[in-house]
Amino acid sequence: MHRTAVKKVVLENVLDANDTLARRNREELDRAGTYTINMMSSPGAGKTALLERTLERLRGKLCLGVLEGDVQTTLDADRLARFHIPLVQVNTDPGFGGECHLDANMVRSGLNELPLDDIDILIIENVGNLVCPAEFRVGEDARVMVYSVTEGEEKPLKYPLMFRSADLILVNKVDLLEHLEFDLERFLGNLDAVNPGVRRVLTSARTGKGVDEWCDWLGQRLENV
Amino acid sequence: MHELSIAESVLRVAVRQADGRKVTRVQMRVGYLRQVVPSSLVFGFGLLAEGTPAEGAELEIEQVPAEGRCRGCGVESRLGNFPLQCPGCESFDLEILKGEELMVDSLELEEA
Repeated sequence: MHRTAVKKVVLENVLDANDTLARRNREELDRAGTYTINMMSSPGAGKTALLERTLERLRGKLCLGVLEGDVQTTLDADRLARFHIPLVQVNTDPGFGGECHLDANMVRSGLNELPLDDIDILIIENVGNLVCPAEFRVGEDARVMVYSVTEGEEKPLKYPLMFRSADLILVNKVDLLEHLEFDLERFLGNLDAVNPGVRRVLTSARTGKGVDEWCDWLGQRLENV
Repeated sequence: MHELSIAESVLRVAVRQADGRKVTRVQMRVGYLRQVVPSSLVFGFGLLAEGTPAEGAELEIEQVPAEGRCRGCGVESRLGNFPLQCPGCESFDLEILKGEELMVDSLELEEA
């Protein structure tokens, strides 16, 4: 059988399908009056620990909801369950080969499980990974990156995609600075080289340093809605 | 490591646009700022395409260099390594004009 080849011009952005779903998520969240944060970091930077401090601080003041993304296990969700907040866990594992990030579709499935009308601020705790989550919008209003000082000064230069896309950087584990050779000024210089002037807060989930400032930032998000 | 996620998205676009026909070639553009390793993208695409209408299709990647305009002095320039910096005034505050592409340009399809 003779086959003929034809060329079809497509001109389609590879991430369009995801971005369209992300916009739909955003519209639904806007309708519910929920401000949404996509929280990203490498594994072990302290996202969940910071969330625990945040929930302790904001209990009774703001209704926070959390959408937990993990490749496997419900360990993080279990840690937050004691706060009795709207909480949903999305495991990315059933996706292709254990996805390394949350995409708009996975977040959509989580949103369906949450009482969005009751939630002032929804924090989407993305899968720990410095690369893939930066590519996929999920419907967030803002991106917050947690970066721990144990990760070294040079990562903004190595992973500029995520550092460039963040609206706020929480520089975590600063209680460890005295034990490390981490040069904070050099790190902040690298940060400014990829995302000039980005807002940053020095935090320690262990001592509570900076948690008030971060919570103030969260509160200010609602004033602008 | 994000090449596999991107390969999956490329494959989805190709298979949907092919609308049942066999895909023999996918031409795409990838901007420098996407930090994609082309060989990993090709490898991932080949793996994922098995058993789909795009099995065996060639993924052709055109790499687009980054270009930006300085918000300080207005100079437009080709941007090299990170950190991205204006060659005119050394500012880091740049508007990105090119280099963020992740675009399927065209497909070659087989008509039965």
